[in-house]
Amino acid sequence: MSVQHVDTSHAHGSHGHHAGHHDPGFVQKYLWSTDHKMIGMQYMFTGMVMALIGGFAVYVFRMQLAFPGEAVPLFGRVSAAQYNSLVTMHGSIMIFWVAMPVLLAGFGNFLIPLMLGCDDMVFPRVNRLSYQIFLLSAVILVASFFVPGGAFGGAWTAYPPLSANSNYSMTPWGSTLWVVAVALEFVAFLLGGINFITTAMNSRAPGMRMFDVPIVVWMIALASILFMASVGPLIAGAVMLLFDQNLGTGFFDPSRGGDPVLWQHLFWFFGHPEVYVVLLPAMGIVADVMAVFARKKLFAYRTIIYTAVATGVISFFVWAHHQFIAGIDPRMASLFSVTTLIISVPIAEMVFVYIATLYGGSISLTTPMLWALAFVAEFLIGGVTGIFLGAAGADIYFHDTYFVTAHFHYTFFPIAFIAAFSGITYWFPKMFGRMMNETLGKVHFWGTIFSFNVIFIPLFLTGSAGDHRRIYDYSQFADLAHLQPLRTLATMALLVMIAFQFVFLWNFIYSLFRGPVAEANPWKANTLEWLAPSPPPHGNFAEFPTVYRGPYEYSVPGRATDYWPQHLADDAEGPKSSTSSRSS
Amino acid sequence: MASTENDPLKIGRKVFLWTVLGAAVFVASAWLLVSRGSLMASWYLAQGSTYAADIDNLVLLIGIIVGVWLLAAELVLFWLIFRFRARKGVAGQYIAGEDKREKRWVSYPHYAVLAFDVVILVFALRVWNDIKVTAPATEETVRIVAQQWAWTFIHEGPDGKLDTPDDIRTVEDLYVQVNKVYRFELHSRDVLHSFSVPVFRLKQDAIPGRMISGWFTPTVTGTFDIQCAEICGLGHGYMPAHLHVQTPAERTAWLRDREADRFAGRAIPPTPVALVPARPEAVVAADHPAGHALAPAGVEGR
Repeated sequence: MSVQHVDTSHAHGSHGHHAGHHDPGFVQKYLWSTDHKMIGMQYMFTGMVMALIGGFAVYVFRMQLAFPGEAVPLFGRVSAAQYNSLVTMHGSIMIFWVAMPVLLAGFGNFLIPLMLGCDDMVFPRVNRLSYQIFLLSAVILVASFFVPGGAFGGAWTAYPPLSANSNYSMTPWGSTLWVVAVALEFVAFLLGGINFITTAMNSRAPGMRMFDVPIVVWMIALASILFMASVGPLIAGAVMLLFDQNLGTGFFDPSRGGDPVLWQHLFWFFGHPEVYVVLLPAMGIVADVMAVFARKKLFAYRTIIYTAVATGVISFFVWAHHQFIAGIDPRMASLFSVTTLIISVPIAEMVFVYIATLYGGSISLTTPMLWALAFVAEFLIGGVTGIFLGAAGADIYFHDTYFVTAHFHYTFFPIAFIAAFSGITYWFPKMFGRMMNETLGKVHFWGTIFSFNVIFIPLFLTGSAGDHRRIYDYSQFADLAHLQPLRTLATMALLVMIAFQFVFLWNFIYSLFRGPVAEANPWKANTLEWLAPSPPPHGNFAEFPTVYRGPYEYSVPGRATDYWPQHLADDAEGPKSSTSSRSS
Repeated sequence: MASTENDPLKIGRKVFLWTVLGAAVFVASAWLLVSRGSLMASWYLAQGSTYAADIDNLVLLIGIIVGVWLLAAELVLFWLIFRFRARKGVAGQYIAGEDKREKRWVSYPHYAVLAFDVVILVFALRVWNDIKVTAPATEETVRIVAQQWAWTFIHEGPDGKLDTPDDIRTVEDLYVQVNKVYRFELHSRDVLHSFSVPVFRLKQDAIPGRMISGWFTPTVTGTFDIQCAEICGLGHGYMPAHLHVQTPAERTAWLRDREADRFAGRAIPPTPVALVPARPEAVVAADHPAGHALAPAGVEGR
């Protein structure tokens, strides 16, 4: 395989890579930029804005649950229709417009060329198009709050016939806009994914073999492959749903020969791999951060990659565990229970590897490291509670209860927020050339982690006691009345958590402009992005690096420093391990 | 290689052995509890059907197995963070984790995970099979019809058959007799719904255009919640119904009263499910008992 740096000719090819880019002007710089860093930033900021909207939605509907029927500050009284819309939008936004853009597209765009030692993505204009389509999808989704009938309220899974027929959903505009927004969002990530995979395959620095690529890049590329392989059926399903809604077809309408359960198969065939599409980049970020702050070579680097591949492959065979009681043939549950529990094996191994990496390390608990360790600690809870739901017999009871909600928040919150905070606090110096404040970072960390657990542990309990999901007002259910204090506790903890996010926003914005200036490699890390100046200029590197070793050569015996950057051409008595790590 | 010095391996092996030992002890005690019968979620939710205890015991078994794993993993994680915190003059060790001896750290626990998965699967699928795949001989059948946003229950009348003039049709109230094996036929008129009875530990989605059947045997008398557990539109939160589990004497009296209602012309006339139109507006116009609040405006206003 060619390991040559491929100098792709793109928009800036003729300018050369070194200093001397003329000032591109506002429109060129922000609206039509083809620079991977700018696009990554745009994805990240859009994701953060969407997180605020998704966070506001959860604030409103949790307040309704804690104080049913009372006016919510900054919103007013919540109607049943608004409640459903807010629940739906919270789910859709947090998964499709926060986790995906921040983890996959934000970090993917920013990191891949820098970590591979090249100047940009292979297809910079496709990349720009990807962001523009994504932005359009976000605008359409947010606009759907303001159309007649309000935003779609059929949950983020959008099961027909409810989603297919406005007689049932009563959101004639909202349901259509939701489908259109989701479909466009998928197009955006397909375009982005093509770029990630192609760039990782073709643009690696000279000397960088596949097994010298940092885990986070591997994970983003694998996630993109997973996404591309799984999203097809859902895009087909989305088009069918759009036709059902607007053109009078009956793909999902049983009275005209359609089948509503078909949608569930199409949705979850994508929907379950989607979990791993966002999980893998998060695991990648955590791996890189842990190696740096434990000053430790990753334990079994290749095993991490193999388990990620295994997880990805198995994730295509588990989708029907979302449908055990949805009316599929009950005998099918056996098969999907088996595959679902088997997927615990590679994921558990991955977590074991992460834990083993800490052994023999020299662990500094900086803010990014705290987030990374918290990811492992919290994700474990999300992982083991999934076993209850994958075991078909127990799922009869737990399905569609708050136990499920609590379970997947223990996976998605670590993914979309804990890992993202780890990544943001870790790469902030590289992104903006300034350091974030450690004290504020730790205040934000402890406040968020504490309140996160106080939100969701009560929800495990209410779910086990029978609270079912997406309910506007529990006062109708005599058997559930005694759970109100737990619901209120969860809401209170949510308010605390939201309050602590302002600490982060303040730290982020203040450090952006006033933080201490960062050096090129403030964490003493090995990977190539730290070779570029902070922030990297257009074109990234003054001189393209050559790679001599894997990314995690920390604490190598016999060296004066405890890190050994990938690009350094050492020299004299380099220990044997550097060559052994390269053997394939 | 520096990493072949025995210290990390020894400790790893010790941690692993203790984990396995602890897990084995816990699983053995779990087995004892399970074999002795119910000891679970019942402390806050009644076990109201023959299979409620089976599900609770399965949950308990899984809880113990994964609880041990979780605890062990978290303990190891926190211990390592503490033990290997950065200290002046102590450098990190160079362990690649690529050779077999080192990999045992993770590969043994990983085989153990697989073994425990098999244990969980055996129990989970047994429970699933008993509840959802097979069924005991039916003693009575009840038809359940879900729609936006109400439940209609059609009980066999005194003649013990459905689709006869003495069928008893109720809205929002299901009447069953304790210790009797019921088969249910679940229908939906419009969108997906889910028939969920927490005290039975029973849940089953209703799908328009299909009849899905299942079974339950109530074991405790009283009145309990029935929920709709699948989002079904505006009134999803306003779809509670009540389950009344009657003693044989109550049942006899209830049947007698319903017969009296029927002869007095007070009963809701039965409508075979097949004749119910699929469109909700038609359902509202043609089929819904007068006075039952279905209008979305009514839901909105609350």
